[in-house]
Amino acid sequence: MADLTQTFDVLVAGGGNAALCAAITARQAGATVVLAEHAPRTMRGGNSRHTRNLRALHPGPTGVLTDSYLEEEYWDDLKRVTAGKTDEALARMCIRASQHAPGFLESCGVVFQPSLSGTLSLSRTNAFFLGGGKALVNALYRTAERLGIVILYDTEVQHIEVRDGFATEAIVSHRGFPARIRFKAFVASSGGFQGNREWLRKYWGDAADNFQIRGTPYAQGRILKDLLAQGVQEVGDPTQFHAVANDARAPMEDGGLAMRLDCVPFSIVVNRDVERFYDEGEDVWPKRYAIWGRLIAQQPGQVAFAINDSKAQMDYLPPVFAPYSADSIAELAGLIGLDAGRLEKVVADYNAAVQPGTFKAQSLDDCHTEGLTPPKSHWARRIDTPPYYCHPLKPGITFTFLSVKVNERARVMMADGTPSANMFASGEIMSGNILGQGYLAGFGMTIGTVFGRIAGEEAAKIVRN
Amino acid sequence: MATESETVAEARRQMEICNACRYCEGYCAVFPAMAMRRSFAEADLTHLANLCHGCKGCYHACQYAPPHPFGINIPATFAELRLESYAEHAWPKPMGRAFERNGTLVTLAASLGIAITLILVAALQDPAVLYSAQTGVGAFFRIIPYWLMVSLATLTFGYGVFAMAMGARSYWRATGGMGGSFAPAPAAEAAVDILTLRNLGGGGHGCNDVDEGFSQRRRHFHQALLYGFLLCFAATSTGAIYHHVFGWKSPHAFFSLPVQFGTWGGVLMMLGAAGLMHTKIITDPGAVSRKVLGGEFAMLALLFLIAATGLLLLAVRHTGAMGVMLAIHLGLVFAFFLLMPYSKMVHGVYRGIALLRNAREKRSAKPAPAAG
Repeated sequence: MADLTQTFDVLVAGGGNAALCAAITARQAGATVVLAEHAPRTMRGGNSRHTRNLRALHPGPTGVLTDSYLEEEYWDDLKRVTAGKTDEALARMCIRASQHAPGFLESCGVVFQPSLSGTLSLSRTNAFFLGGGKALVNALYRTAERLGIVILYDTEVQHIEVRDGFATEAIVSHRGFPARIRFKAFVASSGGFQGNREWLRKYWGDAADNFQIRGTPYAQGRILKDLLAQGVQEVGDPTQFHAVANDARAPMEDGGLAMRLDCVPFSIVVNRDVERFYDEGEDVWPKRYAIWGRLIAQQPGQVAFAINDSKAQMDYLPPVFAPYSADSIAELAGLIGLDAGRLEKVVADYNAAVQPGTFKAQSLDDCHTEGLTPPKSHWARRIDTPPYYCHPLKPGITFTFLSVKVNERARVMMADGTPSANMFASGEIMSGNILGQGYLAGFGMTIGTVFGRIAGEEAAKIVRN
Repeated sequence: MATESETVAEARRQMEICNACRYCEGYCAVFPAMAMRRSFAEADLTHLANLCHGCKGCYHACQYAPPHPFGINIPATFAELRLESYAEHAWPKPMGRAFERNGTLVTLAASLGIAITLILVAALQDPAVLYSAQTGVGAFFRIIPYWLMVSLATLTFGYGVFAMAMGARSYWRATGGMGGSFAPAPAAEAAVDILTLRNLGGGGHGCNDVDEGFSQRRRHFHQALLYGFLLCFAATSTGAIYHHVFGWKSPHAFFSLPVQFGTWGGVLMMLGAAGLMHTKIITDPGAVSRKVLGGEFAMLALLFLIAATGLLLLAVRHTGAMGVMLAIHLGLVFAFFLLMPYSKMVHGVYRGIALLRNAREKRSAKPAPAAG
């Protein structure tokens, strides 16, 4: 049993990558650190458990990253996906610091690998963790244990006592028992509120019941809400999140990465009313995968159907759940509960609009439609070779962007514009400072690592002074 | 076709999740081989299961490992599937049941091996010979007559090898054969994979032998056992050459080739078998199937005892204890030969075929369709 009567230098709330980076950095700087992870040991690591890579700036090829990826290109990528809804100074600082993120993680035992198959062709911009995020989490926890960080599993931080921007102690539930943890500095790395369906309902109403939560169910947003209620400045649109197209049959929580479907560019996608609603072939999937969750969330019933034929089957990763299949479009419509006549018409109109072209699955090809609304700009082939297939889609929410405001030293900002004396934040709970909307693959882990390290460093500095 | 077992269905369910995830592609040969497929027939699953070295890297890295409801546990599931494939391809067919309570069988056979050899020696020779010191040329054959030793060894070893070859033939056909002509490059690759145990390297930094930490422990102990075993085989072979080609009869001097091979081979085997057993005891039990443990422990113990009695025989060969020790050692060796096709030893055969098949597949198959 950990001794909770002592006063720790630093309390880190959370147990994912952002929390561990903060805890390890603070400990390496000499602070005594306690890390409170809500989940049990077997499910530790927050959403980091489901991740696979992080996006890192690099001026030249490294062991696992090819070519180069420089600040301006990185910034342009971010500006595009967020439509400019970001904090440029903070974002550029994060981008520049990302160069050193893989090296730091490697020093903590994380192993990177060259990307092989099915990785959305990200080997230039993103460094892949060998074995994925859980292997990363395992390595970071081992390092934390080795350094003597006190790790508390099954421990939810429920409330932080804040007076005039100064946090004094935490009320926690430690293995089911109420307890207090005293500290000199606090780091909030406890994630977004995506696991809290009631909270989502506030903005989305009944639609929230149809959202699949891709990651940890422990992201309840308790500390986020607690801090915002105590004079901490809020940032970000509460309806914004990172969401992808998931298989509609996936579990409602913790289904993880394998539930995502990347068949969209090779299909047409209709909603419950059998209407297409967006250009499925707008761009290569790595640049568009993150908009489809939100698009589907905005459809009636929060459901959509990707329809293709036997020609497309080898062009995308095999799904966990077998697609519905039938020898005619009408029969397929029957299987998925859509109006057969309408689906036949949508497919016929689409087929008639498809222009001749040379199909190339891996790059922007010239297969497109003419006179169709919305158009399909690439990979448009006629759906005419049975059997026909349907993958049902639902929005899979990765994490919410509503955040506590931080400055470039990861310090939590109070509503009156002054920085908190001893509170810091890293990871999803402050992601909205940079992500106003949209998502860039691997950027969540970059934010977590960069701000985690800064938060840990700054928290340790306070303790020394 | 026979109905599929629950293990096959379970392995397919897990592979279909793995094939949509692919986070583990950097660990070993199994996941790239999986990615070459979109569906998993029983033959594919048998092949993948025998390609798996049980390194547990994928288990500890798995976001879907228990207690996640998907309950992905490839090392344990594939271990059970391997066991089913050992039974399926055993020759003669009814002997497949030997894999059901394999630990008991191996232990019983080893005990009987010792008992029968001791009884035979006592019955065929003057019992006094058994307890008196025997020295000089042909000392061993005064305990067990040359004709008996050679015929028992030939019969048991010959049977074991033949039965394993029949199993290999059955396995080869069931997993789809290979067609085409023999190509040296895949065979060389498979040989290097076996001799270096590349797939117990976890992609370079080791495997999760004990917990989430990485080590080369299992790889090194297995190397010790394998190379120790091969050295002991070399000892017997050089002994036979000395006997038949040069007419040099045993016992040989300590610094002779057969005794040197046997001594260091025995030491390595003991180290390897003991190390592997210790690793099995301290490892995280989450990724282990209890069904296979009995047979594995029994075979490791048998290998350890064969090496230990061989070394003891060397130590006491000039004393009155030599006779009994020789009978015990040979009893264990003969039992081992007979057990080869009905024990963990078959893993070498099927793993070897799986590695060869994989090396060929990598060259002929198109890479998996990666999503754009």
